[in-house]
Amino acid sequence: MPPISTHPDSVPVVSYRFGKGATSIERYLELEGYEAAKKALTMTPDAIIGEVKASNLRGRGGAGFPTGLKWSFVPKQSAKPKYVLVNGDESEPATCKDRLIFEQDPHAVIEGVIIAALSIQARMGFIYLRGEYRYLLKIMEKAVDEAYAKGFLGKNIFGSGIDFDVVTQTGAGAYEVGEESALMESLEGKRGIPRIRPPFPAVVGLYGGPTIINNAETIATVPHIFRIGAAEYAKIGTERNGGTRLFCLSGHLERPGVYELPMGYNLKKMIYEVGGGIPNGKKLKAVVPGGSSTPVLTADEIDIGMDFDQVGKAGSMLGSGGVVVLDETVCMVEFALRTMKFYRHESCGWCIPCREGTDWLEKSLTRVHNGGGVDKDIDNIRYLAENMLGRTFCPLGDAAAMPTIAFVQKFRKEFEDHLEGRGCPKHRVQEPVGV
Amino acid sequence: MSTPATIFSPQLAARFDKLVTLYPVKRSALVPMLLYAQDEVGYLSDAVIAEIAERIGITESDVRSVISYYSLLRTKPAGKYHVQVCTNICCMLRGGNELFEHCRKTLGVENKGVTADGVFSLEEVECIGACSWAPAVQVNYDFHENLTPEAMDEVLDGYRSQAEKGTGR
Repeated sequence: MPPISTHPDSVPVVSYRFGKGATSIERYLELEGYEAAKKALTMTPDAIIGEVKASNLRGRGGAGFPTGLKWSFVPKQSAKPKYVLVNGDESEPATCKDRLIFEQDPHAVIEGVIIAALSIQARMGFIYLRGEYRYLLKIMEKAVDEAYAKGFLGKNIFGSGIDFDVVTQTGAGAYEVGEESALMESLEGKRGIPRIRPPFPAVVGLYGGPTIINNAETIATVPHIFRIGAAEYAKIGTERNGGTRLFCLSGHLERPGVYELPMGYNLKKMIYEVGGGIPNGKKLKAVVPGGSSTPVLTADEIDIGMDFDQVGKAGSMLGSGGVVVLDETVCMVEFALRTMKFYRHESCGWCIPCREGTDWLEKSLTRVHNGGGVDKDIDNIRYLAENMLGRTFCPLGDAAAMPTIAFVQKFRKEFEDHLEGRGCPKHRVQEPVGV
Repeated sequence: MSTPATIFSPQLAARFDKLVTLYPVKRSALVPMLLYAQDEVGYLSDAVIAEIAERIGITESDVRSVISYYSLLRTKPAGKYHVQVCTNICCMLRGGNELFEHCRKTLGVENKGVTADGVFSLEEVECIGACSWAPAVQVNYDFHENLTPEAMDEVLDGYRSQAEKGTGR
């Protein structure tokens, strides 16, 4: 895969070792590798959590929950074993950053797992990669073997008297397994059906034991926080949004790519300066700021800082860091339809609002786009989507509904144009109907 | 030792023997086992399902219920080279649909079809995690990114000549 893209504004923290041969443990050690784990071994669990809290690191999977706080929810005493689970089931459309981490710096993931485990006194960790990333399994397994050979994993890690094991595996193709409770089900060898919460995984998780579940980027960031110091890390970002983020720029850009930029980086600048702007002299129409489930922003709404709070204030979400840029030629109904087709395909069918909602929304969007739609469809689409919100066990229903509501709200005219002409104007121009 | 007769290669059988011991419960090995078995056999045949059910100690019906959930798992053979074209949003914006159409015409098969010689199968797939390098295609597990129809032809030609030489997979 292509390497990480860089720009003068890039701040390499997570990508500090990318392209430096760090997949080999010897090289990783030369680049300050496993120093963070050694440091954590001298600290109490509370001190480790305190350091992560002080960094203002928030979950990089999409929800942006403060990582240190999440770890602090794990009970100190537990009759059942505790676990750390790394979510590398990266599947939110527009997101391709964790792949780079596993490929370029697998030991950072292992080191992050060790530190997370020390903070809750877990004795076992799991690294779950999406099935499509099969080539990464070889890289991760080699790294895990190297860490065992050095005594950094297994019995008596780093001579500390603590035992800690790590297992790496892949999934087999399922977006929903990127959701934490479905991920645990999958790891237990079952269909990835979500669990109702509470209880939350920090209390009752994998095999019924207290479990930390973090996105791969979050976990891989942890050793860097110990490497440069929590205060330094926090300083890079904005208030309550520490550090950097791997932003995946895609769509209509001159220079799409994955860039590591400070949290809070201006979206407009990200598009026009980092991503090189829109090709072929076209104008910007819209931006999906954080993966396919996040509500679309219009061209007028992009002068915002890319952190969880500022994008939230703008009515969308920072999500998984996947920034999709749409130029003026894009048919928003077609885009909404393609987005829905995905969620309909991925809905597991467990919750009726999601199973039926995504199916009906795909059908309605299809007829608005292809012709055959009726005027009531636009309001029905919105009504259906609004009635899915918050009514499902896992956020997949919301992930399908939220962008749909925004597409209708912000580009209603395009939906109406489709109905007036009974079909997509863009596709009619290309395929004139000869009657 | 654990399983007297196996349909898998000795290497894979050994891997499975180890895999079931790694987790707190045996069943955790199920999803990876199914995928690794499919990689070797080509698909999840009745015999594969029966042996995996036996190894884990669950029913075949339980195994089938898990298989039907995961999109990478299949119970019918695919081509030697399974061409998976992403048409999700990021690829769509950069020509993913056109690329899929191109593959459909070039290979002469519909979605999920297999060519008569069994060399290729084609599938329109959801996001494969190559969004910043779209449009992208996965052939078996290999990624091909920043594609054009012309570049796709070269990719397919490469696999075709591998098939003729009897190498690959």
